[in-house]
Amino acid sequence: MIEARNIDKTFAGHHVLINVSCTFEKGKTNLIIGQSGSGKTVLMKCLVGLFEVDNGKVIYDERDFTKMNFEQRKTLRREIGMLFQGGALFDSMNVEQNVMFPLNMFTDQSLEEKLGRVNFVLKRVNLEDVNRLMPSELSGGMRKRVAIARAIAMNPQYLFCDEPNSGLDPQTSGVIDHLIREITQEYNITTIVNTHDMNSVLSIGDSVVFIYKGELWWKGDKETILYTENPELNEFVFGTELTSRLKR
Amino acid sequence: MFKVFSTTGNYVMLMKRVFTPPQKRGIFWNQMLTEINNLGLESLGIVAFISMFMGAVVAIQTAYNIDSPLIPMSMVGFTVRQSVILEFSPTVISLILAGKVGSRIASEIGTMRVTEQIDALEIMGVNSANYLIFPKVVASILINPVLIVFSMWMGILGGWIAMVATGLVSTNDFVQGIRIDFEGYTIFYALTKTVFFAFIISSISGFFGYETRGGALEVGQASTNAVVFSSVIIILFNLVLTQLLLT
Repeated sequence: MIEARNIDKTFAGHHVLINVSCTFEKGKTNLIIGQSGSGKTVLMKCLVGLFEVDNGKVIYDERDFTKMNFEQRKTLRREIGMLFQGGALFDSMNVEQNVMFPLNMFTDQSLEEKLGRVNFVLKRVNLEDVNRLMPSELSGGMRKRVAIARAIAMNPQYLFCDEPNSGLDPQTSGVIDHLIREITQEYNITTIVNTHDMNSVLSIGDSVVFIYKGELWWKGDKETILYTENPELNEFVFGTELTSRLKR
Repeated sequence: MFKVFSTTGNYVMLMKRVFTPPQKRGIFWNQMLTEINNLGLESLGIVAFISMFMGAVVAIQTAYNIDSPLIPMSMVGFTVRQSVILEFSPTVISLILAGKVGSRIASEIGTMRVTEQIDALEIMGVNSANYLIFPKVVASILINPVLIVFSMWMGILGGWIAMVATGLVSTNDFVQGIRIDFEGYTIFYALTKTVFFAFIISSISGFFGYETRGGALEVGQASTNAVVFSSVIIILFNLVLTQLLLT
């Protein structure tokens, strides 16, 4: 479980996060939603420590991340997997080397063991015979799947996904969403997904927090989100032509 | 003025993170060998080309400027040797490497920054500054002296070829000039400067790449800054080191 307690974050005098408190539970796909510029990416980066919070705490299963020193954070981060918006695969390495990278850095496994693990996680994300391909030779969906494979290679306890569906067609987005959900339930990990895709919200949103202008505006799940009276959230949820027509 | 102090402070802070023991020695070793190839061996062609032509130009200019019959033609070989070893190879070639290698380092690391690859390393618990910059610094310090010695040979060879081809100076005179009053200390001086310059090029370029924020435009800007600042600091240190080592 990950808890954000009273988080404030300011950039050059501009308040991006204001007193945000929320809990992300284990075994669930926890979604952070909000409009572009609402602060959801900043919240995620504060949770993983890529940004330092101005005030507040980030607690990983009763371990205060904000009080940890560099070495303690490094140790905790080995329990974290993260899927970045563009995949963030290392351009100079092929698929196999990308997925094997954390195993090379943090384990003393033999090459056979590492290869076994790499092939296992690649198969888990439905990719086979791509080991020798370079990231530039992969489609957007394949890059995301390789990035997921790399993120789960070390059996993480916490999985963060930053806009996993950006740049993907609806069908591929669905595949990625279901993969994230399956992995979350299969390994019983705490997963946090940052998205503004309503399809994702409705298909995998076990728990949803809505960030509006840097503040936590609403908490719920994929069932309750459609019946909320909250006007800002309604505007977000039914903001597209398709959803507004469905609502009518 | 504040920006100068703040940039210098950030550079020192980054170097503190760079100069830590590598997380995995085997990985560091492989990366360093790759960088020796990327930053050093791939520069052999340009170093050879520039050195030969510069050596040839120095030789021709010297030969044409010797008017007095009291000055022996062997002075051409002497002048080529001195100018190539003392200044041309260590400083001018380092400036050229600042352009070639510096822009490569800054754009490579800068692109990794804007495509979140550095964030990915950090999230995994890797000291990204050490992982990305340290092998480049060590590789540069090891391979640049080799490049400079190679450049010295090429410069002198270029001078000799030019003299033989134009018939201005005989091989005997040229070789005799090369051997006049040779002091091994000049090589030590040149290589000491080279090691300093190699550190300047790789660390400053790594710094500008690492500090890149934004997109493609900023990567280009980081690359330009890396070359400009490396060149300026090389010129400044050249003066300081020459004063310290030759007086």
